[in-house]
Amino acid sequence: MVWALMEREIRDTLRDWRMVIPILILTLLFPLLMSFVADMALGWVAKYGAPIVGERMMPFLLLVVGFFPISFSLVIALETFVGEKERNSLEPLLATPLSDTQLYLGKTLAAMIPPLLAAYLGITVYIAGLYVFEGWLPSATLLVLIVLLTTAEGLVMVSGAVVVSSQTTSVRAANLLASFIIIPVAFLMQAEALIMFWANYHVLWWILAFLIVVDVILIRMGIHIFNREFLLGREIDRLDVPYIWRTFWARMAWQRWAFGLDPDKLPGWLAWLGVVGGLYRYRLPSIVSGSWMAVATVVVALGLSAGVGLSFARWYPLPSHFLQLDQVSPEMFTELPAIDWLPSFTVWGVLANNIRALVGATLLAVFSFGALAIVLLMAPMAIIFFFVVQAANAGFDPALFFGAFVMPHGILELPAAILSTAVAVRMGAVFMSPPEGMTVGQGFLRAVADFLTLFVALVLPLLALAAVLEVHVTPAVVIWAFGR
Amino acid sequence: MTAMRTFEGLDRCSVRTMIELQDLTKRFDGFTAVDGVTLSVRPGEILALLGPNGAGKTTTVRMLGGILAPTAGRAVVDGRDVVREPQEVRRRVGLLTEHPGLYLRMRGDDYLHFFGRMMGLSAEVCRTRAASLLRQFGMAEAAERRMGTYSKGMRQKMALARAMLHDPPVLLLDEPTSAMDPHSAKLVRDAITGLRHHQRAIVICTHNLAVAEALADRIAIIQRGRIIAEGTLRELRARILGPPLMELRLGHAVDGTAELIADLVEIEARGEDWLRYATSDPEMVNPQLLRSLAQRDVRVVTLSRVPRSLEEVYLRAVRGIGEERMRVVDGRVVTES
Repeated sequence: MVWALMEREIRDTLRDWRMVIPILILTLLFPLLMSFVADMALGWVAKYGAPIVGERMMPFLLLVVGFFPISFSLVIALETFVGEKERNSLEPLLATPLSDTQLYLGKTLAAMIPPLLAAYLGITVYIAGLYVFEGWLPSATLLVLIVLLTTAEGLVMVSGAVVVSSQTTSVRAANLLASFIIIPVAFLMQAEALIMFWANYHVLWWILAFLIVVDVILIRMGIHIFNREFLLGREIDRLDVPYIWRTFWARMAWQRWAFGLDPDKLPGWLAWLGVVGGLYRYRLPSIVSGSWMAVATVVVALGLSAGVGLSFARWYPLPSHFLQLDQVSPEMFTELPAIDWLPSFTVWGVLANNIRALVGATLLAVFSFGALAIVLLMAPMAIIFFFVVQAANAGFDPALFFGAFVMPHGILELPAAILSTAVAVRMGAVFMSPPEGMTVGQGFLRAVADFLTLFVALVLPLLALAAVLEVHVTPAVVIWAFGR
Repeated sequence: MTAMRTFEGLDRCSVRTMIELQDLTKRFDGFTAVDGVTLSVRPGEILALLGPNGAGKTTTVRMLGGILAPTAGRAVVDGRDVVREPQEVRRRVGLLTEHPGLYLRMRGDDYLHFFGRMMGLSAEVCRTRAASLLRQFGMAEAAERRMGTYSKGMRQKMALARAMLHDPPVLLLDEPTSAMDPHSAKLVRDAITGLRHHQRAIVICTHNLAVAEALADRIAIIQRGRIIAEGTLRELRARILGPPLMELRLGHAVDGTAELIADLVEIEARGEDWLRYATSDPEMVNPQLLRSLAQRDVRVVTLSRVPRSLEEVYLRAVRGIGEERMRVVDGRVVTES
């Protein structure tokens, strides 16, 4: 049935001359043109003693020639569900025995295959042209890499577009949301271009691995959030602000703690205290327990980042005189180098910096399914362990180094950062996998409410205390452990 | 390709319910589209689902078709629960949707072949069934044309052929004769009647009361998501409109004739030379009345039952519910919740 669906969709696409003619142009004429351009460019740059530019341009144009036809996949994929909904042809398809997964995969493959075949053909035409003009052929490894990259990029665009198509109510809205797909892919292409001109082709394998992960995430996300009811039922996208507020506020409520007394007979001041108590007795524990998987993920990621820091310290050891811990003094902390973006070493400076980092991580989490929030927390941990090993290399006790420089304030700051990051990861992950029985919007509002509650009631107080310790206690401990 | 399921035993099955709804409810973001609907349809029975726009007919049909999951309640179609086995339900249901929903760039025969494959039919069975249905609906000559060239009526017939293609035991038809000329509409009605004879359970959603009256064994009237009346047309007439209405036409002015029969019947309406009265027992009352009039030399031209259409039943049922919830305030009709 999936094959039949795919076949029909592909035939329908190829019946539209407005699709076929541009694909043919991009597949046949454009690659030939690129071969010619590459040939001309090679000769021109060689005249000025820079043949390397031409040599690097040929593989780069191979990538470009493959990318242009697959850009059409975006057009096909964006209207695959919502276009059928607008033409009223979706309901008969939903009434067939196809499962959600079969339907989703069939449409995704149908949107992907014609542009992908066109891309392969375009690559072939380009290589053939260059072989005729210049006798140039890419290495087998490079060719496989380019083909795989083209495939992965195409699948990213298609799977992202199919998600958009299944979640919007009009083709117009889907086209507007396509910028969230085009812009990152355009940036990626520029990064790949830089890498190709630098001839660091092995980096492209890492990009390929990253794209494969993104592909799996997007396809899984699309199948998971695919909702027939939404597809059929919603006619107009509208921002229902009262509904958003109600959903959000409902999640912000919690049970009051009655301290074992009759809740109806509590005096006013105790009732108010019960509200605060209920926040810490019921609400916060439920947020933390509900985020256990995210917390575990963050902790494991921090462990890995510690390993990365250790490894980098072994590969890139600093000169032993770089860490003169026996020279540390109270003035060292207050007279840090005047770098604008470093916070001042005051309680407020440290606190503001930590808040900025965690809030920034949360915002990044929303746009990266939670991944970038974890990466942002991994970086300082890797740096810490980098210096732990450097301290060991310089002859100091690494455990003492860690205990003196990190633990006095880290004992509060680390848990705060881990909890905040974990709930931020939940916020990002909800786009992939909303809670059972909820839409993506409802799941997101719930995660935002949890984040705000946790951040204000727990993370902020912990960070404030940690900032006080970091400014007033940690320096004293460091000086006691190492200084003069 | 799998062979077509013939749903063997259907023609021989004992009378059992093919469609069973119990307190079926569907809510969308706080709005209740279907509210506690309880219905059943047996094999070989046609149920017409009537209701104003937005009453919940399409939502009910979508739940029966395994496309939407109910919020509460239960629906079983040919022994399969719509929540637990939606794919199996969809295999057993032929759905004619509100809009034909055709792929206009496809040829008619190719379209039926595609949906035949979607429903798991083998290529040969698909071809045979498609050809038969196209002939039945007078579409054989148009089969090789793209459906974008079809008229509205032809598109509707194609959609109906799609619904019948896999010979399902249950058919859910939304406005089956919509946009059709009288000849095509008759073809469709004949096809539906034929399906009934083959023990298919059919639910028709329609605004066309003539179609409902002509085809339906039972009628359910739905309003604001609730079934407000259900039964055969005769039952509904009796329940909603009351006893049968008789019309007595005289050969002269009515004058004092009403008083002559006042002890037998209560006059509902009168004209210059006619009277109307309601009686729950016309077999008993009418002969007595005629004898009484004959004894008084009253010239009776005709005594006949006033035909009461489904339209009257429907409007009385729908308005009856509406009137209870409406009142006039400051010259405006307001609806009470």
